[in-house]
Amino acid sequence: MEKRQQWGSRYGFIMAAVGSAVGLGNIWRFPAVAYENGGGAFFLPYLFAILTAGIPILILEFTIGHKYRGSAPLSLFRLNKKAEWLGWWQLLISFVICTYYAVIVAWAVKYTIYSFGTQWGSDPGSFLFGDVLKLAEKPGQIGGLVPGIVIPLLFIWAVTIFVLYRGVSKGIERLNKIFLPTLVVMFLIIVIRAVTLEGAVQGLDAFFKPNWEMIFNGKVWIAAYGQIFFSLSIGFAIMLTYSSYLPKKSDINNNAFITAFANSGFELLAGIGVFAALGFMANQQGIGVDEVVSSGIGLAFVVFPSIINEFPGMNGFFGVLFFLSLVFAGMTSLISIVETFVAGIQEKFNVSRTKAVLTSGLAATVISLLFATNGGLYFLDVVDYFINNFGVVTAGLVEVVLIAWFFKGLGGLQSHTNAISDLRIGAWWKVCLSVVTPIVLGYMMFDNIRQNLKENYEGYPTDLILYAGLLVVVVSIVGGILLSLKGWKSNTKEELNKEAV
Amino acid sequence: MSASSITMMIVGMVILWGGLAASIFNVVRVSKKSSKKPL
Repeated sequence: MEKRQQWGSRYGFIMAAVGSAVGLGNIWRFPAVAYENGGGAFFLPYLFAILTAGIPILILEFTIGHKYRGSAPLSLFRLNKKAEWLGWWQLLISFVICTYYAVIVAWAVKYTIYSFGTQWGSDPGSFLFGDVLKLAEKPGQIGGLVPGIVIPLLFIWAVTIFVLYRGVSKGIERLNKIFLPTLVVMFLIIVIRAVTLEGAVQGLDAFFKPNWEMIFNGKVWIAAYGQIFFSLSIGFAIMLTYSSYLPKKSDINNNAFITAFANSGFELLAGIGVFAALGFMANQQGIGVDEVVSSGIGLAFVVFPSIINEFPGMNGFFGVLFFLSLVFAGMTSLISIVETFVAGIQEKFNVSRTKAVLTSGLAATVISLLFATNGGLYFLDVVDYFINNFGVVTAGLVEVVLIAWFFKGLGGLQSHTNAISDLRIGAWWKVCLSVVTPIVLGYMMFDNIRQNLKENYEGYPTDLILYAGLLVVVVSIVGGILLSLKGWKSNTKEELNKEAV
Repeated sequence: MSASSITMMIVGMVILWGGLAASIFNVVRVSKKSSKKPL
């Protein structure tokens, strides 16, 4: 049994945790969510969500990982033997997410190269769907592999596997210490340039203008909680796994505050950059900012290339900066996602880290090839929607309900984290986890079910929704239960139990 | 930019970046206070 790995420094752990939280969603999701949900007024529910759900869940996951010192299944097994399946479920969710997340990072790698000479031309939409993705005509068609995507995808997986093979301190920590500060500097350059463009002020005005009436709309509050939940890498075992590599003396509570505020601080920076650039684009085209607002893949790979086309100078340079920012933000998150199941496999099957990295990395690589086919984008869209809205949200809900309501575990965890942290948490933490978070996540899940019963997501065919969406969600739950039925090897269990604090 | 937009921009920056700065400041304060630095 290999000695359990450990972070080299507190700074390294924080860089890795923030690197995991800061991902593509910070850049392409937050700005549009804030704009559509009250603009400047959105900050009120957003801050409320950070304090009542984001930070409490982060502290919960950091504490479980630190106290029980294992991957998600092992830590939850040690918390309560009946909770192991939840750890495996979260690991399988991570596995699904990493298979398509890597493909998006691969697109960003391609676009970094395309930025030299703005090779996407004057119609970035046709370029993306036609030349790059070679998109199938109908959703559900798989078609063949697209070599232009497969090559950067294999590159991304090779880097990920290498970093994970190097280990927690020499691999993950070292990469995050380089990538995260570089990402911030690159994005700052983009933001400074964006806010000095003509029309940037209109964009910022649209982004920050508060619509106070929307504060009374419950959907705005749900959107704020959703943004915090999806953005902080909570609910799918990442933070739990990362904190299990902390030394015994660790200020968990303050680490959670730093991680949450660093993540949200970057989101604000991204919002300023994105809306300043959108304001510039609207100004160039003589239209309103509301007509150019978009999010997700469309914002990154269609709208941004259009904006870069219209830059007054150094177009290629800013294209490289933007897409390299996506690559860096994506890589730090991808590595954290893969680490969750590498740790789980290593401990459950008592294999070396090298074996765990190679087997899980190669399995994820093979499955991710599905998203590098002609029909890959459709599959990606459906899997992403269902695994997030039904997988991550439900797993997060089950996590807090099981621990807070059934296992009555919050008291012990609170004592543990307060004993080692400088910043102590009080009764508010328990109230947030046992009352506020279950209500909000429960409503989110109910609302998701209601909407999906009413109509198919994005009007996709029902069979695609069934096998690429619902089946994936169901398989992750059933797979989690089945994996928990296999016992821990006795010698492994003894050694692992010694590790628990 | 309208006054309300500028106000909300400043509020957002103060809360989020200020919250981050305060958390980091707390780490520095504690590590200075304690000779045995917790990781």
